[in-house]
Amino acid sequence: MINVIWAEMRKLRRPTLLLSTMAIVTILTLLFTFLTFWRVGDPKGNGRRGEMVTAQFLSTPHGLVYGFKIVAFLLGIVALCIFASQTAQEYTYGTLRNLLVRQPARMKILGGKYISMILFAISMVLLSLISSVAMAYALAGHAHVNTASWTTSAGMTALATALGNVLMSVAGFGTVGMILGLLFRSPISAIATGVIWFLILENILAGLVTGTAKWLPGQNITNLTTGQNFTFSYQHSLIVSAAYLIGSGAVVAFLFKRRDVAN
Amino acid sequence: MNLESELAISVTDLTKVYGERAALSHATFSVPLGTVCGFVGPNGSGKTTTIRMLLGLISPTGGTGTVLGHSISEPEKYLPRVGAMIEGPAFYPALSGRENLRVLASLGGFDQEIVDQLLVRVGLGDRGGSKFKTYSLGMKQRLGIAAALLPNPKLLVLDEPTNGLDPNGIHEVRSLIKDLAADGTSVFVSSHLLSEIEMICEYLVMLREGKVIFTGKTDDLLSAQQPVLVAKPEYDVDLNKLVELIKNSGHTVSVIDGSAHVISPADWSATLNRLAFEAGITLASLTCVLPTLEETFFEMTGDSK
Repeated sequence: MINVIWAEMRKLRRPTLLLSTMAIVTILTLLFTFLTFWRVGDPKGNGRRGEMVTAQFLSTPHGLVYGFKIVAFLLGIVALCIFASQTAQEYTYGTLRNLLVRQPARMKILGGKYISMILFAISMVLLSLISSVAMAYALAGHAHVNTASWTTSAGMTALATALGNVLMSVAGFGTVGMILGLLFRSPISAIATGVIWFLILENILAGLVTGTAKWLPGQNITNLTTGQNFTFSYQHSLIVSAAYLIGSGAVVAFLFKRRDVAN
Repeated sequence: MNLESELAISVTDLTKVYGERAALSHATFSVPLGTVCGFVGPNGSGKTTTIRMLLGLISPTGGTGTVLGHSISEPEKYLPRVGAMIEGPAFYPALSGRENLRVLASLGGFDQEIVDQLLVRVGLGDRGGSKFKTYSLGMKQRLGIAAALLPNPKLLVLDEPTNGLDPNGIHEVRSLIKDLAADGTSVFVSSHLLSEIEMICEYLVMLREGKVIFTGKTDDLLSAQQPVLVAKPEYDVDLNKLVELIKNSGHTVSVIDGSAHVISPADWSATLNRLAFEAGITLASLTCVLPTLEETFFEMTGDSK
């Protein structure tokens, strides 16, 4: 398994992928954190879904990671795209056959690939956290935000909790990307399906049919980052997300193990 | 040592069915260890399907097989000693040739040092740092061969290794295969270049429409074919007379480029020479030609050139 992880890391660290992904993550994080602090108290909204976030709220222990948490969904979408493309490209390039000749244990290939992409996602999330924290401190003065509580034990707990939740959420979206990549065996189809579903179709469904949001995968995986929802709890989201990911993951792992590699 | 361990490859009744179409039907053949075996057949005859089953990429519908003494249902037992290039080279376009090999070396747990040596061996020593997408077809093919050599294989499976190579490259691949065979590596190579196969392969497996139509030594196949006597009269005006003479003696004859081509045993050439002399025909040349592998292939597979 270690050999597979090393091999996959060689692919993930190529400059075009690594630098562009990290640049996108940094820019998105800085932008969202900047808008939160720069437009603090703006009645037009400076937070998630147009809500107004005040300086008082940002001065609480949770204020430091607010920007980080609102960009988490987009980090998830980035992870989905990377996991899907890295998985499906093995089919489109025909490289899967090389991998399987060198490592015929298919579950080791799948497991090693998954772990390496999770490590990539962790580095992406850590970079986002650092960028967001740096921007928060940089703009705290301008926004009249008191940063004293950020370094208290409550602040550190909030930071660690947010990091854990965002990692879980990003890993969840990434896992969906890998599942779609294995199912569609084409990066474009896998990414398009995932992005359209999470950005458009789920929101339409959740808006049109009352009660569906509670059972939709994207709504639940996203809810892991905030840890709160008006209609369903964090625990509910954790269970529903795990059920979706473990169930569909098991199905595609079975398919990957049994399916002929004919391209 | 059991019999299987003396065989590089052995398959019995190996079958692969897609829907109602049999890509491979009850194929039975074996390849002795240490030989260079050509695997030939028209497009769609089941060569790549067979190779994929040998490498554990697809499951057989029926039949059994072994590679290096291990069942093809347990590829993890023999693949660490098998190098393979299947259906052309497939690599990551955004990675360099060197980095592509390093990915596979990491995966197989091989020494990274060997990567540069292999790049030099296949003539890519100065281009190893270039991205794969910038490679010519011939360079891609060379990289594929380098990847196949990564495990220092006991069995090398090459699917069309000379595709896209210039004559010099083809010569190099031929030399490489000969060198590997001299070192004891078994080579199973499919190619459409039958003249190449004839030159390097002492053993042959021939497929047609998913069925094995010949398996054995290349020499045995060629020597079993009827030779052709090519007789050229000194004067063109004697050609028709010569043809009539041959027909009257009960042989099949055709005229190609001013010569009579007679399908007959080689020892009939003396008789033909005497008959022509007695008829007043002087032969400018009389040669006995054994059919090439290509001619034999077309005859056996029913394909025409």
